[in-house]
Amino acid sequence: MINWRVILSISKTHLFSRIKQTAIAALGVTFGIGTFIILVSFMTGLNGLLDGLILDRTPHVHIYNEIKPSEKQPVDLYEKIKNSFTKVRSIKPKLTQRKIHNALPLMDQLNNNPKVKGAIPQLQAQIFYISGSIELGGNLVGIDVLEEVRLFNFGQYVVKGSSEALDNLDNGILIGAGVAKKMSLDVGNTVQISTVGGDLFPLKIVGIYQSGLAELDNVQSFANLKTAQRILGEPRNYFTDINVKLHDIEDAVPMANKIERQFDLTAVDIKTANAQFETGTSIRNLITYAVSITLLIVAGFGIYNILNMLIYEKMNDIAILKATGFSGRDVKYIFISQAILIGLVGGILGLLIGYGISVVIDNLPFETEALPTIKTFQVNYNPGYYVIGITFAMASTFLAGYLPARKAQKIDPVEIIRGQ
Amino acid sequence: MGIENILEAREINKYFREPVLFHVLKDISFSIKNGEFVSIMGKSGCGKSTLLYILSTMDTDYEGELFLNGEKITGKHHEELAKIRNQNIGFVFQFHYLLSEFTVLENVMLPAKKLGSKSLQEIEHDAMEKLKLLHIDDQAKKLASRISGGQKQRVAIARALINDPAIIMGDEPTGNLDSHNSENVMDIFKALAQERNLSLLIVTHDTDFAKKTDRIIEMGDGRILSS
Repeated sequence: MINWRVILSISKTHLFSRIKQTAIAALGVTFGIGTFIILVSFMTGLNGLLDGLILDRTPHVHIYNEIKPSEKQPVDLYEKIKNSFTKVRSIKPKLTQRKIHNALPLMDQLNNNPKVKGAIPQLQAQIFYISGSIELGGNLVGIDVLEEVRLFNFGQYVVKGSSEALDNLDNGILIGAGVAKKMSLDVGNTVQISTVGGDLFPLKIVGIYQSGLAELDNVQSFANLKTAQRILGEPRNYFTDINVKLHDIEDAVPMANKIERQFDLTAVDIKTANAQFETGTSIRNLITYAVSITLLIVAGFGIYNILNMLIYEKMNDIAILKATGFSGRDVKYIFISQAILIGLVGGILGLLIGYGISVVIDNLPFETEALPTIKTFQVNYNPGYYVIGITFAMASTFLAGYLPARKAQKIDPVEIIRGQ
Repeated sequence: MGIENILEAREINKYFREPVLFHVLKDISFSIKNGEFVSIMGKSGCGKSTLLYILSTMDTDYEGELFLNGEKITGKHHEELAKIRNQNIGFVFQFHYLLSEFTVLENVMLPAKKLGSKSLQEIEHDAMEKLKLLHIDDQAKKLASRISGGQKQRVAIARALINDPAIIMGDEPTGNLDSHNSENVMDIFKALAQERNLSLLIVTHDTDFAKKTDRIIEMGDGRILSS
């Protein structure tokens, strides 16, 4: 039977009669937890920002028809030399069209799959931007604008003009920021483009696109899918790429494998395409946790130290408590409860301070050429981190308090009283 | 009361093992009756304090048997012994041994709070009663570190009384007090023994003090010389 009210009132008195030391111990925890929250919120916010930069606009599965040699050369099909060693020299890529064969039924099938959030077609074409006698090489991508906006946040990267205008206008073009700068073009101007075949088309600039990746912005422009098909002189079912966005990114790898096998197309999943990116994210997380845990361990040692000293100072009190009928367990709980109270108060304060500074960071201006849509630092307010923070605070202070408290439990009152 | 002997020791032997083996207490047997005021006298080092710590259940490292209220307490678990101390034994030490960060009243209330058989209001009322009995109720709200030595000893007695124990044990409770305060404490003990039928067992050096008690147990070289 443990009388918690008595134990808590004793530990409260101990804590309040040494308020300075208590405050220092609690501040150690506050500092540790606060830094943890700030670090983890800021770091994961930054990760989210970078994820958004690359992953949001990268299709989870990108399907296209790759120009490559046939896997099976005709000689492989010849039965009579099946078991012999064959050698084919000077293999050429297979002659095939760039378009995805039977694209419309394939897209229907993908869009009916419950795992798929959306599958949208693109038409990529090599073009030249004409400025007087200068021809600038570039890419024109025909897109389904509204779907791109819905699935890949396309609208975020249109820094001037609007993406909707592209959908409305039959001869509109969204021109890359780099191209626009080179050719001194702006919204409302007309740009001449020529296809590889040499046909000239005047297109009206409805907006300027800036992805933040300079190599892309220097060449890429976007047009309505129909416009692109018309420029190339191709029919309405002519697409070169299909971009698929899934509900769960984890399905990307099996889905890509399945499509490759089923349709004899090349399908690249996001994990393969951005493997180095995932590594960067996990290493940043690792650093965040390593630093935070170090801070919390230091705070834990601070508490251990202070409670240890407290117990040496309180030897007499412990002897009296034991002589008047408090058991060793009661004494242990008195000191453990002090540690836990320090951890709780310090931890909650740490969460509040961490949250406060996160809000400040969230409002700090952060403008960079590379990220046109970002105006301030990004902070992740995931409540999970707050739960981890307070849990760790409680656990580390409990451990820091447990060892000195066990020492107090074992103190022999006779030795103390006799020692006087 | 059916039980005549409040405390009984049978064949108590105690050894100190460090630094060398030393036989401190040799075949100590005696008993204390209900309402008896007993003092233990002897020279320094004769083992009287050691005996008191064994009788108080705080020291469990001994041979022999100990009975409190007719119940054998030798061999019980630490937790149980703590409970027995809390309920049945009141302590007064040579040094005042109050919790200095608590008020006088809280010091007196603490053992009763631990016992937990009464409500907080009742405990507070009882504690004030005990303080009044010892004429220090006016100091109740002061911190224990802010009162004089004589007052502290009276607070310690009040604390010893709070759970209405069967026996009060004192280890030279007047050893650190001047003659005036010492006499004061003696009177209090005497009154408690007579009016409340309380048993008292006091270790002392003070012959004057011992003479006023009902019985003197004299110790020497770890044995009882006369009782």
